[in-house]
Amino acid sequence: MKAAIIVFPGTNRERDMALALHRATGRRPLMLWHAEAALPRGLDLAVLAGGFSYGDYLRCGAMAAHSPIMRAVREFAARGGHVLGVCNGFQILCEAGMLPGALLRNASLRFLSMDCHMRVERSDTAFTRRFPPGAVFRATMAHGDGNYFADTATLDRLEGEGLVALRYVTPAGEATPEANRNGAARNIAGIYSENLRVMGLMPHPENQVDPEIDGTDGLPLFQSLADSLVAA
Amino acid sequence: MTDAPSPLPSDRAAQLAAEFGLKPDEYERVLAILGRAPSLTELGIFSVMWSEHCSYKSSRVWLRELPTKAPWVIQGPGENAGVIAIGEGLAAVFKMESHNHPSFIEPYQGAATGVGGILRDVFTMGARPVANLNALRFGDPKLPLTRRILDGVVRGIGGYGNCVGVPTVGGEVNFHPAYNGNPLVNAMTVGIARADRIFYARATGVGNPVVYVGSKTGRDGIHGATMASAEFSADSEEKRPTVQIGDPFSEKLLIEACMELMETDAIVAIQDMGAAGLTSSSVEMAGKGGMGIELDLDAVPQRESGMTAYEMMLSESQERMLMILKPGREAEAERIFRKWELDFAVIGRLTDSGRIVIRHQGRVEADIPLAPLESEAPLYRRPTAETPKPPVLDAASVPDPVGIPAALERLVACPDLCSRRWIWDQYDSMVGGQTAKRPGAADAAVVRIEDHARALALTTDCTPRYCAADPEEGGKQAVAEAWRNITAVGATPLAITDNMNFGNPEKPEIMGQFAAAVRGMAAACAALDFPVVSGNVSLYNETEGRAILPTPAIGGVGVLERVTQAVGLALPPGCELVLVGETRGWLGQSLWLREIAGREEGAPPPVDLAAERRNGEFVRARILAGAVRACHDCSDGGLLVAVAEMAMASGAGAVLEAPPAGLPPHAFWFGEDQGRYVLAVAEAAPLLAAARAAGVPAARLGRSTAEGALVLPDGRSISVASLRAAHEATLPALMEGG
Repeated sequence: MKAAIIVFPGTNRERDMALALHRATGRRPLMLWHAEAALPRGLDLAVLAGGFSYGDYLRCGAMAAHSPIMRAVREFAARGGHVLGVCNGFQILCEAGMLPGALLRNASLRFLSMDCHMRVERSDTAFTRRFPPGAVFRATMAHGDGNYFADTATLDRLEGEGLVALRYVTPAGEATPEANRNGAARNIAGIYSENLRVMGLMPHPENQVDPEIDGTDGLPLFQSLADSLVAA
Repeated sequence: MTDAPSPLPSDRAAQLAAEFGLKPDEYERVLAILGRAPSLTELGIFSVMWSEHCSYKSSRVWLRELPTKAPWVIQGPGENAGVIAIGEGLAAVFKMESHNHPSFIEPYQGAATGVGGILRDVFTMGARPVANLNALRFGDPKLPLTRRILDGVVRGIGGYGNCVGVPTVGGEVNFHPAYNGNPLVNAMTVGIARADRIFYARATGVGNPVVYVGSKTGRDGIHGATMASAEFSADSEEKRPTVQIGDPFSEKLLIEACMELMETDAIVAIQDMGAAGLTSSSVEMAGKGGMGIELDLDAVPQRESGMTAYEMMLSESQERMLMILKPGREAEAERIFRKWELDFAVIGRLTDSGRIVIRHQGRVEADIPLAPLESEAPLYRRPTAETPKPPVLDAASVPDPVGIPAALERLVACPDLCSRRWIWDQYDSMVGGQTAKRPGAADAAVVRIEDHARALALTTDCTPRYCAADPEEGGKQAVAEAWRNITAVGATPLAITDNMNFGNPEKPEIMGQFAAAVRGMAAACAALDFPVVSGNVSLYNETEGRAILPTPAIGGVGVLERVTQAVGLALPPGCELVLVGETRGWLGQSLWLREIAGREEGAPPPVDLAAERRNGEFVRARILAGAVRACHDCSDGGLLVAVAEMAMASGAGAVLEAPPAGLPPHAFWFGEDQGRYVLAVAEAAPLLAAARAAGVPAARLGRSTAEGALVLPDGRSISVASLRAAHEATLPALMEGG
């Protein structure tokens, strides 16, 4: 699998993401500066990593969404390329119109850095095929603006078309208000594009890939991508 | 171009000197050095360079007593940060620094820029920051002002650290009314560099370009260092304009740009523009190299129009660095900084004149010989008055008013012992993907070094109530506790940074506290092979004549060869519990005495440094031998609080054995005797045998269970879940309860 991580000014979890991709694939991903106008040939996966692109000034992800490379990422997705956006990357994908909805301030109005549990809503996509159906896994979340919002029609469509990727749940797998720390609509932690090839999520599975650090709960996500995108 | 600065009229100069905080005799020295009255810019430069904050004029004579050397020390105090070798050709670069005064005036920006400043001190030496810690002291938690300051400080630390992408992995918080008007915000950064690629601040090479990089210069923070060198009064709110404004986004870009340039060999010297900004960075770099320096302020990137030379030299605008480059390397460096969308400007040259010459709009605004600016700087051996030694409190003379279970429930929920989760949950502790023990998981934070098996163990410690009662024992205890916390995860303690927070040094009793604390710290550093490699002094922490508790905060760094060797404090069920170290039931200055008996008195627990070292080395060896499942030191609250913290971390319970005869139970369970650890092991017998052989006091304390209750020797049972609920409820109720 040939993967590239897009680095904007203020991206700060690109190293974590690179470690996770390396662990799952045995290959180090490319690091691409946002001023590049094109993605490399033969790319299988473009990753928008976490951080504070442009300092989160204006709105989280709003300025990065207009970076030169985002045009190339949009075209890549339109051709059927796989794109993963985590945290600030998810915010950028929403701002760029590649995923529906928006990420609002956390309901508590505070930055939240803690573990959460997520339920895998379908395990038949390129991002989730290594998870058993209905799997619940633990991940770190670290964000001030992770409260997923969309209008009712959009939420109904996401649910109806199976485009909800992950929901915040208790360790036992129940989508309760207590498990939904940032106040996201319908406990939504992550969603897919209509073709299931673009995924955005707020928590950081890339921080749970190493048994020596904090367990390997997040590793199946990256192994799924490695399995799915074997072409290169 | 006029080539001499315009002196101020002499009466005006003398008046301004006093306003800028120069004492009359200090101003006389300025006149002697220059041979004339200073210009406004020159007076500004002298006043900040000779401020307490920049010159350490009251503290230097004492700080010299601290041990600073060891075979693993690469750079001790005197540079931007301390540097130690940690094996495999790697170095840890670290320092702790205060931002107390600004954090009172403007908590969010004060704390945020404190984090930004200490990060720059570390990455300016070529180290990528890998961890932030902090040591915070606040006033009476019942006061709305305390809550407002705590909220702002926590948001500020999080706002800056989270954005730059450096994990905040540890820290400590105390509350005491003595901090009502003077909260303490001490921030520590630890970075990793190659031991053979450390960058220093010593400027060399006549003609080499002086380069300004980072953010533009504005009018913020002018005379911040002077403000930080004075007591507060009722009108301190008016000092708000001296507080700097932080931009963590620019800092993140500055880190990446500096790291990229440091991959080349273009840099001769580099220093961040911290306190006293362009003044201290240019004066110190040129001074260290024995050079002269000429600056053309027209070239300085400016955020506001019409800034004067005085304003530019004194501005403390954030996220700026000054570098000396090798000749001809400007274009290469500029390309990197432009890529990161940062300002880059050649603003001067090194000379052989031994003077700093400042030009602006065709005029020479300052021309000062550098050697006397440093060598003639004031140095005071101020009068000291020893703190009277309080009498030792006899535990038998203090009755237990509430019983063991009630005392435990109250202690785990009191502000000094309650869970800090409400704070940690606002700090990103995981970014970087190397945090193996995050806040609350172990006595020290454990952060692996990327691409290595090796890990750092990091902690901050001080017990101000001990320091107030006996500054020498308190100083000793602060160092010993840092050493103990690093030991308790299995790591080898290597070195410390200190952040000395005290009141007005012109008062003999305050200077006496300082001198005694240094004496105690020095004894502990020497006995534990734990040298000081960097530090910071914050004096004048007083409001309307009332000083803070003496607070020599210690930041400790240790190393583990393999991250997998680290043990946490969460108690697994099915273990035997062993107490290592001697228990005499010391209640003087204990939290039990304060929270349960309502008394703040007595001598603090003494630290027997030989026993400390012997007990710690024994514990560390058992951990590294793989024989220990969990380990926690006994500190605030004593033994039963330590056991309760271990149980609350996992949800397991314990059945505890009877204390030795002759000791009142409350003194045994809540006394704060030093040098003790609680170990959870599969079998106590081999550990006890090894302890006997090593001459280490150790006793079986009980066993852990899956039942979720602490069962006392008399059969009474305390629910761990209810303890945890009380422990977790305090801070949220205080901060969110309205």
